[in-house]
Amino acid sequence: MPLDDNFQLDSKIPSGPLAEKWDQHKFDIKLVNPANKRKYEIIVIGTGLAGASASASLAELGYNVRAFCFQDSARRAHSIAAQGGINAAKNYQNDGDSVYRLFYDTVKGGDYRSREANVYRLSQVSVNIIDQAVAQGVPFAREYGGLLSNRSFGGAQVSRTFYAKGQTGQQLLLGAYSALSRQVAAGKVTLHTREEMLDVVIVDGKACGVVTRNLISGEIKSYSAHAVVLASGGYGNVFYLSTNAMGSNVTAAWKAHRKGALFANPCFTQIHPTCIPVSGHYQSKLTLMSESLRNDGRVWVPKDIAVSEKLRKKEMRPRDVAEADRDYYLERKYPSFGNLVPRDVASRNAKDVCDEGRGVGKTGLAVFLDFSDAINRDGRDVIEAKYGNLFDMYKQITGENPYETPMMIYPAVHYTMGGLWVDYNLMTTVPGLYALGECNFSDHGANRLGASALMQGLADGYFVIPYTIGDYLARQPYKKVSADHQAFKEAEKGVKDSIDQLLNMKGERSVDDFHRELGKIMWDYCGMSRTAEGLTKARQMVKDLKVEFEKNLKVIGSADELNQTLEKALRVKDFFELAELMIVDAFERNESCGGHFREEYQTPDGEALRDDENYRYVAAWEYLGEGKDEKLHKEDLDFEYVKLTQRSYK
Amino acid sequence: MKFTLKIWRQAGANQSGELKTYEIDNISSDMSFLEMLDVLNENLVQKGEDPVHFDHDCREGICGMCSLYINGRAHGPQRAITTCQLHMRSFNDGDTIVIEPWRAKAFPVVKDLVVDRSAFDRIIQAGGFVSVDTGGVPDANLIPIPKDTASEAMDAATCIGCGACVATCKNASAMLFVSAKVSQLAMLPQGQVERYSRVEKMVAQMDEEGFGSCTNTYACEAECPKEISVTNIARMNAEYLKSKFTSSDSFAGKS
Amino acid sequence: MATVVNIFSHTIGRKLIMALTGGFLIIFLIGHLAGNLVLFVEDSQLAFNEYTKFMTTNPFVKVLSYLTYISIILHVIYAIVLGRMNTQARPVRYSYNKPAQSSTWNARSMTLLGLIVLVFLIIHLKSFWFELKFGAVPMMEGTDLKDLHTVVIAAFSQWWYVIIYVLAMAGLAYHLDHGFQSAFQTLGLNHKAYTPVIKSIGRIFAIAVPALFALIPVYVYLTQNNIL
Repeated sequence: MPLDDNFQLDSKIPSGPLAEKWDQHKFDIKLVNPANKRKYEIIVIGTGLAGASASASLAELGYNVRAFCFQDSARRAHSIAAQGGINAAKNYQNDGDSVYRLFYDTVKGGDYRSREANVYRLSQVSVNIIDQAVAQGVPFAREYGGLLSNRSFGGAQVSRTFYAKGQTGQQLLLGAYSALSRQVAAGKVTLHTREEMLDVVIVDGKACGVVTRNLISGEIKSYSAHAVVLASGGYGNVFYLSTNAMGSNVTAAWKAHRKGALFANPCFTQIHPTCIPVSGHYQSKLTLMSESLRNDGRVWVPKDIAVSEKLRKKEMRPRDVAEADRDYYLERKYPSFGNLVPRDVASRNAKDVCDEGRGVGKTGLAVFLDFSDAINRDGRDVIEAKYGNLFDMYKQITGENPYETPMMIYPAVHYTMGGLWVDYNLMTTVPGLYALGECNFSDHGANRLGASALMQGLADGYFVIPYTIGDYLARQPYKKVSADHQAFKEAEKGVKDSIDQLLNMKGERSVDDFHRELGKIMWDYCGMSRTAEGLTKARQMVKDLKVEFEKNLKVIGSADELNQTLEKALRVKDFFELAELMIVDAFERNESCGGHFREEYQTPDGEALRDDENYRYVAAWEYLGEGKDEKLHKEDLDFEYVKLTQRSYK
Repeated sequence: MKFTLKIWRQAGANQSGELKTYEIDNISSDMSFLEMLDVLNENLVQKGEDPVHFDHDCREGICGMCSLYINGRAHGPQRAITTCQLHMRSFNDGDTIVIEPWRAKAFPVVKDLVVDRSAFDRIIQAGGFVSVDTGGVPDANLIPIPKDTASEAMDAATCIGCGACVATCKNASAMLFVSAKVSQLAMLPQGQVERYSRVEKMVAQMDEEGFGSCTNTYACEAECPKEISVTNIARMNAEYLKSKFTSSDSFAGKS
Repeated sequence: MATVVNIFSHTIGRKLIMALTGGFLIIFLIGHLAGNLVLFVEDSQLAFNEYTKFMTTNPFVKVLSYLTYISIILHVIYAIVLGRMNTQARPVRYSYNKPAQSSTWNARSMTLLGLIVLVFLIIHLKSFWFELKFGAVPMMEGTDLKDLHTVVIAAFSQWWYVIIYVLAMAGLAYHLDHGFQSAFQTLGLNHKAYTPVIKSIGRIFAIAVPALFALIPVYVYLTQNNIL
């Protein structure tokens, strides 16, 4: 159902001074009496950092929670793969950090396309996350005195990043998973693994349940609840190759979008600068090397194209390139931040030097990340202690030893800042439907800073949703809509029909084949840099490919068994629709900001050129029906505290 | 490169299975093992055959979802990696590769190479946590933890729950998995309060799931992609015995 | 108390029994070997028979011997109980398995090795212990001592009997090499610094003790048949 003509996005940002908004809001919103919490049921989709922490925290409060994940265990959600760390404004290092500084850095890092109030709250609760994780037994790195250790992380000039080797995401997720497991044992959370949400059900304008498919038996089932929380992650896999897990998908968020939740800033995707370069056509995913490597590694390419060519043909070894012939381009262009410039800047510069023909590696799409200076300075032992597991991983994948020859890296899609539009309470435009973590758009603006994703996922799950959902539930009757309601039947039928359609197509091409082609279009035209012309072309290409996808797809097997190709086909189908919206959004945003770089809009020295006058808003798109153009709604962003400046990392 | 693959095919949990032979060609040595299976599956789909089902997700060795018993070894021939991190350069052109699912009573086959490892989740649910609610916890730096202790706890906590330890153990024992979690929390101050009840509950659940017992062959440690040490098993044994013989709960018959 | 008792219904408790009984039997082996070494002494008849008498009559030794019997029986029973559980834990076996890459043969073959030792034990007990208790072992001339020495020497003069002994001791050696350090692990005693030492001591023990046990019949055979 389309929204009213006079519909206005209401971000529900509390009034009052920035630092007091959240406390005041917590006081102002309605509470659910402890004895009444057990009368409410909440569905949570996803068991990553946001989903697991939300499920556990809500269950601890007394709500009945039903949690779903498509993996075989809640512990395998893709948050587990985050390597580097988690930011928190603890100022344990006495280096001048504060809630305000983290807030400021995040807003600036996001290139002024995020909401001040949300980001400030994120910075405030960041300190609680660390306390919570430590209390759960998360083994963060420590100093000899027994206190927590910190490091500085991409783009930050203070050491505020907490870490657990190169497996911080894993440890934080296992902490949240353990809290979740405790609630499963207590009977407060019913956990459904290998069960994927395929639609959200709305009755009387409120989200009241979901339809899922059991991935083992193929059974389509309805679950009703008083509220639905989506914590289903990002959509980087629209690019086919990304650092996301193979199963990461947009389906839950996209179904919500189709049912009326606005989708915000879909074109804001983050390209991570330090990934292992592509090695061939068969490549199924890209592996990220933690950005912490940039603390000690120096990025360079040869100054001369001829030298690069020799390196590509292996006629020369990287070690043999004389110091004078190397271009440490990040240090040269950004003397004060050097190799630690934000991700978007580092990525774009890598692309630029490769476009100039100075790239290295088999494909010429790689730059060096060199540790020889660090090893000479600190000794191999120190470097090994810091990055040993990353070096091993690199060696395992590429067959080269980074202690002896420089690593090669290239940017890859890593994170999506865009997502479901949510208000200050993390509620989408559909009442009772919430979005947390990467699947919402809220806190990172146009670019996410390193070590902030874990922070946001856990902030949303542990410390925001437990409060804000009460405000909605307190107004809801105890009796929930029955799962036998006509709306569920219709949703189930819709799901079954789309499955049948895919299975009955009997075309020629495999899902992967389509997905690969879609990803290539997106990477080429809607990736690291975009042009109006390219986007126009890409939109048509996606449309054409989608038409073919709907006629010529080949899915083997049946609907009532474990069928991984069917699962994939259902996900790719949604990626097609999303891809088009991303292109439209990128086309519409006639400026460059953060992860969105439009070649037409750059400063004379090639930096992103924002247009605050005309584009200082959140683009929230409304779905109007199959084949119809989506409608743009704008949420203007007001900056009361942070002064908008051209980002400069020089 | 060219390979002969012998892969366990089983249509469903209650059906019988068998090894089927497939020939595959044009494999690059830079491919990961799972990418090689992707290629096989693309070929099978083209031929209209049901692709080989196998679990996988992150493909960077951390989610623990991939499994596979490759040429008689959990996660294949290399040490300290998962199947998704195994590359075809570890094989010789023309090799025959036998691929089977994890075999254990507690890990029933779901389809082809996919097994059900929910037993691990139930063990964690039995006690693999610190019972703290969200909020109301002390400042993170209030309790100092010696660096070595933290780092040893981290080494135990690095377990990805893939089940290779069970798969490779001649007794299909889950001791390494269970002990990793017990150890992590037993070493940290935060885990002390529930230290003894935790180990008892987790061990009881482990037994209930039908895993075998440990005969200290240490195959688990050798095959663990995260190189979790069997020292953790000894520590769990000690924790368990301490609990049985010294903890007051145990004598009172409470746990 | 209930849970302390139910310790034996859980794997770790059952393994504790294996470790404790195994550990006790290791100590027993030392004592037994010390006595047997008398056979190396020239003209050992009297010394050995006196030793035999001491072993069968001393009350303290009696207690120890009953402990030994109990240990053997429990070790066997729990080996069977755990072994069954372990077999059931993997109802479908791998059609292709290469366990040698990750564990040693003897660690995997403790049941087989234990069985070898058990069969040997039965033969051994039948030949000497049973004869001494219930059979017709003659008295040593001029003493009130049963002449087990003569029975032993007679037995060890047969080549096939010696071979059984040597093979059984090889089995025991492999069994001990794993069992010695395994007992420490089961008892929860694993330490970066000490475990390698324990493993080395275990290996030395596992080689030296069975070797000495095996040397006795070989020595007797060679001397009796005038080869040495």
